[in-house]
Amino acid sequence: MAGNADNAVDFAAGMLVAPTSAVDWLIVAPTLITIIGGASLVMLRYQAKWHGYLTCFFLAMLVVVDAILLARVMEHGPLTMTMGRWMPPFGISLVVDALGALMALISAVVALTVCVYSLADISVTSTRFGFYPSLLWMMTGITGSFLTGDIFNLYVWFEVMLISSFGLLIVDGERVQIDGAVKYAVLNLMATTLFLVTTGYLYGAVGSLNMADIAVRLREMPAGAAPMGTIATLYLLAFSMKAAAFPVNFWLPASYHTPKIAVSAIFAGLLTKVGVYALIRTLVLVMPEGRDLLSDVIAWIAALTMIFGAIGALAQNDVRRSFGFLVVGGIGSSMVGVAVGTEDAITGAILYAVNSILVMTALYLAFGILMRKNGGKYNLADLGGGYKASSWLSILFLALVFAASGLPPFSGFWPKLILVEASLKEGYGWLAFAVLLSGFITTIAMGRIWAHAFWRGGPIGTVDGRDAAPLYTLSSVVRHRVFVPVMALVAMIVYIGVNPSPVFSVSQYGASTLLKPDHYIAAVFGPVAAQRTVMNEDHATAEGQEDAGAAKSRGPNSNRANSNRANSNRANSNREGAH
Amino acid sequence: MEGVLSILVGIFFAVSIYLMMSRYTIRIMLGIAVLGNAVNLLIFTSGRLMREVPPIIPVGELVPPGPTANPLPQALILTAIVISFSFLAFLLVLAYRAYQELGTDDIVEMRVAEPADEDLPPVSY
Repeated sequence: MAGNADNAVDFAAGMLVAPTSAVDWLIVAPTLITIIGGASLVMLRYQAKWHGYLTCFFLAMLVVVDAILLARVMEHGPLTMTMGRWMPPFGISLVVDALGALMALISAVVALTVCVYSLADISVTSTRFGFYPSLLWMMTGITGSFLTGDIFNLYVWFEVMLISSFGLLIVDGERVQIDGAVKYAVLNLMATTLFLVTTGYLYGAVGSLNMADIAVRLREMPAGAAPMGTIATLYLLAFSMKAAAFPVNFWLPASYHTPKIAVSAIFAGLLTKVGVYALIRTLVLVMPEGRDLLSDVIAWIAALTMIFGAIGALAQNDVRRSFGFLVVGGIGSSMVGVAVGTEDAITGAILYAVNSILVMTALYLAFGILMRKNGGKYNLADLGGGYKASSWLSILFLALVFAASGLPPFSGFWPKLILVEASLKEGYGWLAFAVLLSGFITTIAMGRIWAHAFWRGGPIGTVDGRDAAPLYTLSSVVRHRVFVPVMALVAMIVYIGVNPSPVFSVSQYGASTLLKPDHYIAAVFGPVAAQRTVMNEDHATAEGQEDAGAAKSRGPNSNRANSNRANSNRANSNREGAH
Repeated sequence: MEGVLSILVGIFFAVSIYLMMSRYTIRIMLGIAVLGNAVNLLIFTSGRLMREVPPIIPVGELVPPGPTANPLPQALILTAIVISFSFLAFLLVLAYRAYQELGTDDIVEMRVAEPADEDLPPVSY
């Protein structure tokens, strides 16, 4: 390894020398837009009246950029951009595949609707305390989590998301918010710390932090070389905690009903789904061996989460807390897909996550409109007369009831159908039964809320609402700002329900990328690796597909391992030298 | 050396978990502070320990002459320290504010968000 002082350093061996093409800047643009947006709002902190409009503008830009990203991914396969021009396993890579781009796009859309709603819902005081910058920075963390290809970077985005969500949660400084925030903050911080612990173990075992690189290395390692069981279990615990899966879900119903309804809506829509996303990303893409080990455990967690969430929703008098339990139940449904682990099942999990993002946000927002009309009442016993006050709202809410319960023709139906089918095909009959049972209990819980809040004439103690206080009418400005977001979300839910194929094909492509990560890895490691991958793909198809299980994905990948190393071997020897 | 540090990491974790299981917010905060340090030490140990050789490439060479210490864990830890410090600062303020607003530092008594005597949902319909 004699170096040569006379020659110029060969940068091409360790760095990407080709300039980044203009379109590739799109990959980093979503995080830049939101960070710069938040920073500029802080500079404009005395112009509070502009904050809402500017935030909606930045979020609209985010939607456009994410949509273009998704279109490009569907056309070209996974895209990558490595920071600082270092060769991929060394520089931090942002990698966009169909799953990440889809989740980022849906999140951006939901954030935009919540922002429009916030124009009516968030007071000037909250704005001065930094509601909108926190919202934008939370979107930075969420979008960053969806777009990163580096596991430590994922941790950093988690923390960005978390600290901003703290700000949103306590922005009004009410007693109830402080109480909720104590539980939310401590438990979420523990979850992300656990994530960091596990990442430390993974780094110790594998020696890399780049997800594609880890995926390759784990597949080339002999069985038992790395403590896969420990690492996968710890990731499962950490991300279950973030996602509020059953035994570690209690922070969610304790805190999600405390902030302003717009904040509850975006929390319910996005934060837990980032946990599910990270679970899918780590267990399915990075360490399928760990997922195979834990599939039964995940199945039990999924079933208990679904049933517990639905029963919890049934047991609440406070409707907002009832919704909190529904969020928990939805996490269970997505985890069913991770437990079963076939391509169909993962597709179902992704679709369910998309459905849950839209439905949960819309539910909170729609209920927020009712709360504006009835003077802030949220207990089931005090509600009533919603239909008389606004038939539109009651119809929108009923659509959401159906969508949350998984009834056709709304978006909740298809993912449940796919999940049940995939579970039955893999011999998880009881899991399919749990999906249906939780759907049934959810229908009862949600139907009861609709019947009490909208169908009956007035609260308990009034004869068909005759003596009930009339509900307020909203001024036309407020009405537009609160109804347009809900209508937009319901329109998307109906559209996905009636015509699921576009979202389905994106999810399916995302799932196939996760299970056969050749394209993902090739995107990170460049064209040399890509050539080898094509060879391996032929090989894989020649091998046949006797078993649809995840075990298959390990076969073809192991031969590829060495070739991927080729272009970075020299640099690698440095890092290995430390061991 | 890794063995000794591993045991130390274990002790740190044990202490922090013990503290976090307390009912009092101030002990939970102390537990979180210890937890952050436990994780940092864990990452440091995961990167393997090499005492003598800093990862510096001599002038005129393209690669380091021999095995060197691994610089990556230190970069990770630096990030983690900054994050855990800022979170701890936030949590301390939050805990103090909770004590002011709620009049207690006992989390079992913090029932504003989830009242203990909440009514059951109506059984009509």
